[in-house]
Amino acid sequence: MSQPFRLNKEGLINRNKKISFTFNGKKLFGYEGDTIASALIANGIHLVGRSFKYHRPRGFFGAGVEEPNAKLQIEFNGHSEPNVNATEMELVEGLSATSQNCWPSVNFDIGAINNFLKMFFPAGFYYKTFMWPKSFWYKIYEPFIRKAAGLGVASIEKDKERYEHKFEYCDLLVTGSGPSGLASAYAAAKNGAKVILAEDKPRFGGTLLTDDVSIDNLSGKDWAEKIISELKSMPNVTVKNRSQVFGYYDHNMLVMFERVSDHLEKKSKFTPRQRLWYIRAKETILSTGSIERPIVFGNNDTPGIFLSAAAKEYMKVYGVLVGKKPLIFTNNDSAYETALEFKKNNVEPIILDTREEHSSELIDEAKSKGIDIRFSHGVIVANGYKKVKSAKIGKLNKDKNSFEKIETVDCDCICVSGFWTPSVHLASQSGNKLKYEEKIDAFIPDKKKQHETSVGAANGSFTLEESLKNGFENGSNLSAKITETKTEIAIPNVNEKKYGAHDKFWCMPLPKNENPKRFVDFQNDVSVSDIEIALREGYRSIEHVKRYTTLGMATDQGRTSNLNGLQLVSNIENKIVPEVGHTTFRPPFTPITIGTIVGREVGMEYMPTRKTPMHEWHEKNNAVFVDAGAWKRPRYYKQGSETLFEASKREAKNVRENVGICDVTTLGKIDIKGPDAAEFLNRVYTNAWMKLPVGKARYGLMLREDGIVMDDGTTTRISENHYHMTTTTAQAANVLSHLEYYLQIVWPELNVNVVSTTEQWAGAAIAGPKSRDMLSKLYPDLDVSNEALPFMGYKEAEFFGVPSRIFRISFSGELAYEINVKSDHGMFMWEKMMEVGKEFGNQPYGTEALSTLRIEMGHVAGPELDGRTIPSDVSLNGLISKKKDFIGKNSLGREAFNVESRQKIVGLIPIDRKSSIPEGSHIVQDQNAKLPNPKLGHVSSSCWSVENNNPFSLAIMKDGKNMIGKKFFAVSPLKNKSIEVEVISSHYVDPEGKRVRS
Amino acid sequence: MLYIKCPYCGLRAQKEFSYGGDATIKRPNINEEVSSEDWDNFVYMRKSPRGKHIELWQHIAGCRQWIKVQRDTATHEIFQTAKVTEEIR
Repeated sequence: MSQPFRLNKEGLINRNKKISFTFNGKKLFGYEGDTIASALIANGIHLVGRSFKYHRPRGFFGAGVEEPNAKLQIEFNGHSEPNVNATEMELVEGLSATSQNCWPSVNFDIGAINNFLKMFFPAGFYYKTFMWPKSFWYKIYEPFIRKAAGLGVASIEKDKERYEHKFEYCDLLVTGSGPSGLASAYAAAKNGAKVILAEDKPRFGGTLLTDDVSIDNLSGKDWAEKIISELKSMPNVTVKNRSQVFGYYDHNMLVMFERVSDHLEKKSKFTPRQRLWYIRAKETILSTGSIERPIVFGNNDTPGIFLSAAAKEYMKVYGVLVGKKPLIFTNNDSAYETALEFKKNNVEPIILDTREEHSSELIDEAKSKGIDIRFSHGVIVANGYKKVKSAKIGKLNKDKNSFEKIETVDCDCICVSGFWTPSVHLASQSGNKLKYEEKIDAFIPDKKKQHETSVGAANGSFTLEESLKNGFENGSNLSAKITETKTEIAIPNVNEKKYGAHDKFWCMPLPKNENPKRFVDFQNDVSVSDIEIALREGYRSIEHVKRYTTLGMATDQGRTSNLNGLQLVSNIENKIVPEVGHTTFRPPFTPITIGTIVGREVGMEYMPTRKTPMHEWHEKNNAVFVDAGAWKRPRYYKQGSETLFEASKREAKNVRENVGICDVTTLGKIDIKGPDAAEFLNRVYTNAWMKLPVGKARYGLMLREDGIVMDDGTTTRISENHYHMTTTTAQAANVLSHLEYYLQIVWPELNVNVVSTTEQWAGAAIAGPKSRDMLSKLYPDLDVSNEALPFMGYKEAEFFGVPSRIFRISFSGELAYEINVKSDHGMFMWEKMMEVGKEFGNQPYGTEALSTLRIEMGHVAGPELDGRTIPSDVSLNGLISKKKDFIGKNSLGREAFNVESRQKIVGLIPIDRKSSIPEGSHIVQDQNAKLPNPKLGHVSSSCWSVENNNPFSLAIMKDGKNMIGKKFFAVSPLKNKSIEVEVISSHYVDPEGKRVRS
Repeated sequence: MLYIKCPYCGLRAQKEFSYGGDATIKRPNINEEVSSEDWDNFVYMRKSPRGKHIELWQHIAGCRQWIKVQRDTATHEIFQTAKVTEEIR
């Protein structure tokens, strides 16, 4: 089990702890502290995936978030997760990784035939090839593309892990723990500010871990450790690794993704897998660093080609060589550090530098170590299919567009550096308009938009000295403004190597008659020729070029490709880069799991569950519940093997014949108090309220200002200046806001207060011809006769020793009462009612029977008051007062509301008296008419009339009242039913309303 | 997510509020004659400005007060918040 590419001692991994894992079924091992990528490279494995479009072999390119290729399907802890970045995922025992987008295997992938058919897959091929014939898209092209393209496979198993959300507030949020981030956090912490320092990687320090520098005579790594341990000891500082700030939203809200436990072998069941932090920061330091960009050349996607800084990171952090015969291809000095690192590990690199021969601190050092440096040189094309074997290199002429000499050199890896691109994603998301900095050929943040301050490499300063100074100053100044304390900090002595100027060279020309693919965007397989085609076909805006070619659109968001793409466009268009502009940066910076976004809001925790005080009784008595908003309401009480239909019929019939009780706690209840309460109700409701006596209830109708019915319910005058309003269950919250709006904004002169009392009262309806008999047993000392407690009457009385309110109101159309007691007494009331009601044949009834009872009576509810109906549509124009003004009254005069043929409520019965009519059915004249068949109305509510023993429905129908007696069809394409119906009155049972008054 | 300063409760997350539209619209007085045009303007016509906009929000998960918020509809910048009885200018 030797690891051929593992160095003997370099690196920050724990060599005492071996970790075994599998890759494509092969058992391998790495060390604690490895990523999947470093462990695979140590084992000499480079071919890990196939590219998106051409299925070309792909290997690792970077060592962190910049990685465009190495996305694997990972299985561990019972998860299967697609598109995991192998360069970021830490190795854990028993992890299994497999390659994506290849079949039958990554070594032999049939899809690679696309690579030889590439002339048929130019930019925009989706739009061109699959347009015709139209019918082929759905049946042939789309399923084919779905199968051929795509990355990993999402799991269909339920995610058993725990995810959390956390809200946090701080003075200063620092995103990134490189030199400038550490300096900022340190200075702010010393000023007493509440600081959060977030680092995406497991290790703090950023480039300090890999750069050959010293600070106050400590190595970069040691200095970082010292600062971090000091920060961790301060109570005002939160230090987080494995935590990426991925989004910058409005009002300085930043969102951070913390990988809490994926790297742990064992964890408690309460430890979340990942955590989403919503951080409201007063100030934000963006110390996100920079990402190296490549130089474009032929077959530059071959496995074994790395960014030069990544190659250095593999050596210094993981003790891993990316190759033993490296070719370094650069336009700047930073790659020399990689070359020197190879040399230190006894590997002989060749440096190809596009610049003409010159001298700098690093070049001189490389020369003195005897490294083979070839100036004015570059890689033309990499040879080798699944791994780099050699490279055709060229000596450039002065014009840098032609070659003086071309030769082939052997190599097993190519480390490329095309200079550095500041990571400006968060700054851009904050609204910052970026500006182009000629000196570094990249965009940096411009004037502040929110409270974001970019420091260090993220702001385009690439020296350690500058970054530290920048960090200390900004961290100190920003926090001092908040804490009003300023602690002086001595800026440390820095020892670093000076870099010479970089070469503005980003794409290697090709010799005549050679045409290898030169990729700009690896993850989406966008090559130089694709961008040329897009421009040739007339796409000019960079946003259009992006969408047409998919440049920069993949999960890596073009981290290594954007600027090279822009350079290419600007060259062809003969514009300068700032004129071409850049595409928009959007959160998230890197992909995050859906589980994290969802957090704990799954299953039972998805929304609160509201239960009435009688819920437990319903449960014990076989209630089948239905959701009414957040409430759980009994739909029916199942007896034996009853179906919903049978049970609801039994319950409704019992109400019509004997007596039933129904839990109506969920109705909205609003307490209204104040000397102007009557006047207020008079304005809110369409009917008159000034003369309602104390101890009486009234049915009221509420409109919106546009004349549409908003809600209905009864309101009772409890005392002179005190009313009790009820609303429908669904509209309770809206009605309260509506009342508050008018009291606070429109009529503040009215002395009225409103408050919700829905939760304070438990309610039960007693309905049926025997309800008065039952009531008299419940209140033996109270006169409950029709004279003493008439329809719409109200009384307060003791219910077996507890205070209660009795309302004589009815929703079922039967003689009925509603009793309210304090919530705590709800169960007591219910159980007493069940006990006392026995002799009258009392049975509880659920919402299904409740609906049946109100539908056959023609009482409207939610399905009729659907936000489209005015009072006269639903036969409630009797409630419209002509004498007074009220909310929405002026709208009722609108012409369209008053045409004769306007929709009206009607009743429907099937001609066969047997077939029930599906709710939502359309009413049409001719069921066989050609489509679109003119719709005359729709079925709003349906039931089985227990009174008449046949189906009955309510419908809203054009010119409804004049249609009574005529026959139509109710068609439901959804249920594939068409039923011949007759239009009748909506009041099917007791149209005169005798029973409620009996 | 916006950070809204409720004049009664202080800075609170947007989650606690619900939006209530243009705050400069005045309802015609109750019990007074109003032309159809004025009424239609009140019910239906709203400007949709790009830039500063005075709007109503209700602190539903807090003090339940309706408040005025002057906000830039393009950048979401909030310039001022006030009680509904106060003027924003």
